Amino acid sequence: MGTFYTTLKYTAVTIWSMFVIAPFLWALSTSFKDFNSVTSGATYIPWVDFEPTLEGWRVLLRSPAQGGVNIVEPYLNSIFVTCLASFISILLGTLAAYALSRYTFKAGFIKNDDITFFFISQRIMPPVVLAIPFFIMLGKLGLLDTLLGLVMVYVVLLMPIAVWIMVDFFNKVPVEIDETALIDGCNPIQAFFKVVLPNSIPGMVVAGLFCMIFGWTDFFFAFILTFTEVQLLPVAIVSLNSSITPWWSLSAAALVSVAPLIVVAFIVERYLSKGNLSGALK
Amino acid sequence: MNFKHKYLFLLPGFLVLLGILIFPIGFTVRLSLSSWDSFFPGLDFIGLENYTRLFTDDPRFWEAFQRLSFMSVITVFLQYTIGFALAHMVWKEIKFQRFFRVLFLIPMMTTPVIMTVIWKTVFHESLGPVNDFFSLFGVTPLWLSSEALSKVTVIIVEVWQWTPFMFLLLLAGLLSLPKEPFLAASIDGAGPIRKFVYVTFPLMAPISIGAIIIRLIEASKIMDTVYVLTSGGPGTSSETSSFYIFIKGLREFQFGYSAALSLTYLIIMIISLTIIAKMLVKLMIRS
Repeated sequence: MGTFYTTLKYTAVTIWSMFVIAPFLWALSTSFKDFNSVTSGATYIPWVDFEPTLEGWRVLLRSPAQGGVNIVEPYLNSIFVTCLASFISILLGTLAAYALSRYTFKAGFIKNDDITFFFISQRIMPPVVLAIPFFIMLGKLGLLDTLLGLVMVYVVLLMPIAVWIMVDFFNKVPVEIDETALIDGCNPIQAFFKVVLPNSIPGMVVAGLFCMIFGWTDFFFAFILTFTEVQLLPVAIVSLNSSITPWWSLSAAALVSVAPLIVVAFIVERYLSKGNLSGALK
Repeated sequence: MNFKHKYLFLLPGFLVLLGILIFPIGFTVRLSLSSWDSFFPGLDFIGLENYTRLFTDDPRFWEAFQRLSFMSVITVFLQYTIGFALAHMVWKEIKFQRFFRVLFLIPMMTTPVIMTVIWKTVFHESLGPVNDFFSLFGVTPLWLSSEALSKVTVIIVEVWQWTPFMFLLLLAGLLSLPKEPFLAASIDGAGPIRKFVYVTFPLMAPISIGAIIIRLIEASKIMDTVYVLTSGGPGTSSETSSFYIFIKGLREFQFGYSAALSLTYLIIMIISLTIIAKMLVKLMIRS
């Protein structure tokens, strides 16, 4: 590799890194501003360009009655819905993926691949198509504006991801593992839980990460299917963006919401470097 | 291993998904044949009237669809090119390799709608840093309120948000490539460019196609970004299909008509994605 290529590489990587970091730095700086420092034009460095205050951050912890923005409850709601929906999706998705990878199904012209496609094709569905029937269906079931209703909808969104990753994963796990267990006198269900499941934890972790990412970052369904009783984090933050936007608390809230998933980025990179992802993502 | 056990594994997930989906889909079909709106809520039967209106009397839908196709093709093309370049750069030895890999993944971990709110302040026409920079040259582009630029802004934000996903899929692909073809190419004395053109790129073709299709599917849902950044404006100049259906259905409450829009849109998407997939396979595996 020539020096030219090396220089080009480092330049490109640096430029892209700056582009990636820029909005975060801007949000960090904005979160310490107040009304005056925001409306007087773009400013960047605290103490030099403007006098920093902690108001934007304090507002987040104050109750709405005292003029605060309550994001603690939406935060907990988001964690609850994301985790529960991911757990159900992975549980059901792993079972289904195992069946699709190990057994042959045939019903008329429907075969394994068609069933797999049925699961995965749910991702093609534009959210808007489902939004109105979900709205009416949850209304009829009395689940509109409840956490349970959201979990139900998120299972539909996340299970395809779990099935997609796990079918691929099981296809790469040698069948001999199951067979040994069966010869040892386990029935298929025991074999699955005692032998196959422990061996598929890497795949399940990857599937789990993806479910968490897509569950945590969804806005549309949370926005349409909840009103006042329960709020998820993205909806709570976007609703700050009203007529007079408090840029400072908005920025602080955005940074707080982004923080937990940064940890996920580290875990994904770990798996990537160890080569476990390449098996799971194809 | 062909016991009844196989159904015990498959059915829980299958039935849950089918159970939650069968009503919405069936209901959408039925709804699209009714005139349900906020004045006359109810499932009457008006035949194909909604579809006639859609095909003969609704240029706004088709404009939104054209705009969507244009915008998603451009964003996915940019994401693929940039994502491949980045993945290729951090694939082999580079200083701070882990740092760059993690950093390049971060945007996809953030909630699109929340980051878009931040981007909106970045592109704010009088108070944002972007125009602060441009004002050095005496211009203040209207990032959010001019017809041409609002689309560009949406594309920039989409590229920031989702290039990491492309990067992730392509890097995972690069890391799983076999070593032998590269050794063979080295022995033949191929330089870095020839290696890329004749070895890396062809080997990556299947993964590239997969990644592009996945991103096209996701990009065709562009909605959050448009909603927060421009609300489809100015006028309808940055409105995409999803956003238009959303307006008709959940803002103007024309449930019946928007169900017809949804189904038509869904069918067009499935057909065009199938065609695109076939075309990409031909194009990329040609060599």
